[in-house]
Amino acid sequence: MDDLKRLHDAILEGDATAAHEITEKALAAGVEPMRLVNDYMIPAMAEVGRRFECNEFFVPELLIAARAMKSALGLVRPLLAASGAQPAGRVVIGTVKGDLHDIGKNLVAAMLEGHGFEVIDLGVNVAPEQFIATVKEKGARIVAMSALLTTTMPAMRSTVEALKQAGIRNQVKVLIGGAPITQRYADEIGADGYSDNAVGAVAVAKQVLAA
Amino acid sequence: MLTDGAWGTQLQARGLPIGEFPDAWNLSHPAEVQAVARAYVEAGSQVILTNTFGANRLRLAEAGLADQVAAINRRGVEISKQAASGRAAVFASIGPTGKLLLTGEVTAEALSAAFAEQAQALAAAGADGLVIETMSDLEEAQLAVVAARATGLPVVACAVFDAGKDKDRTMMGCTPELAAETLTRAGADVVGTNCGQGIERFAALCRRLRSATDRPLWLKPNAGLPQLVNGRVHYAATPEQFAARVPELVAAGASFIGGCCGTTPAFIQAAARAVRQQPQRPA
Repeated sequence: MDDLKRLHDAILEGDATAAHEITEKALAAGVEPMRLVNDYMIPAMAEVGRRFECNEFFVPELLIAARAMKSALGLVRPLLAASGAQPAGRVVIGTVKGDLHDIGKNLVAAMLEGHGFEVIDLGVNVAPEQFIATVKEKGARIVAMSALLTTTMPAMRSTVEALKQAGIRNQVKVLIGGAPITQRYADEIGADGYSDNAVGAVAVAKQVLAA
Repeated sequence: MLTDGAWGTQLQARGLPIGEFPDAWNLSHPAEVQAVARAYVEAGSQVILTNTFGANRLRLAEAGLADQVAAINRRGVEISKQAASGRAAVFASIGPTGKLLLTGEVTAEALSAAFAEQAQALAAAGADGLVIETMSDLEEAQLAVVAARATGLPVVACAVFDAGKDKDRTMMGCTPELAAETLTRAGADVVGTNCGQGIERFAALCRRLRSATDRPLWLKPNAGLPQLVNGRVHYAATPEQFAARVPELVAAGASFIGGCCGTTPAFIQAAARAVRQQPQRPA
């Protein structure tokens, strides 16, 4: 199926228009939605990740690929939902209280969406109470926090503590990231996962949900 | 030529609360801001910057301070000039907007307008030069250079290299060579790099910038990577470790040397000693 190989390439090259068109035609022609996702879309995003890790791709390529993936996935998702398939997981994401930086957080959100996660983005300067309310309301399985500043990273610890006090710490996995964050810090505050880049964040998100 | 060290961490040491916008202190706590500037002048900085890194309209708007753009920038320059009192030049700081052109969340026109507004305010307040720093996106950096050039002041333009396995690319994947060429072509009088990582790889970055531009080079590395020890932020490098690398940067072609996140007046003092001890060469 040459046409469907083009879906893989369109995502890899970040061509959202082509990815959308090919998906639309394939669905109209009766191709199984799950096959599109598993055989073409996910392998394309895996290849994007591989190229990122060996310095062939950088942030611009990640962003446009994730956008193309999202546009194709938008057509497929309602069909999958109708057939009872579950999304990869629901994630509530935000930059912690006191921190207004959102580039890294947006990138992780885009990559998670590109991999089939449902992402609820609370934006920047997110208080622990907002994370908690959203987890309760939407049943998110992952809380993902970002901080760019050494001065705001302690808000991650207070959010983890607040999740405990709200009695929902064991319902969610906590992922953290951002320039000053390290695995050591993640261990110290009892987070479930850490990554220093957006591609790794997707792998960690899958890992913690599988655990 | 020695420039200065970090401002944000120094203001926090003087009581700036976590999460508060440092630039707003130009209006609310001018004495503390001036104390930081004066400490750098006394440590031997020949060029000091201003507490205006985030004082562009787009960033100030997020802190609810969009109507204070002119006042924060003006006071920032005045505070540094008073602290310098003729002993150091004042190059005013212009940082990124935090918005990405690539995602369409901001237009080139909006970026240009924000940089023009800030650059004009800094120039009108009497800055001796403008420093565009910590730029991850060369597209945004170019717009800033063009806006800064329009003031007629000397313009320094710096990218941050913190991506890729060897930390020698910008977030967008650009090499030091491409950054130097692009910023030179945009009209920067001095090009360089700041932030992103400790001093260890700065000599290599400097040589690569040197190979791609004939402009003087400006370097401001961090004091290593931040670590949280007992809830307090701690930077790994000492002033002595930092200063030991300074001759290497001079040899690699740097004309302006200072520090970024985590550096203090003690780093500048140590760097000044290191520069004095080495044979002079024309800048």
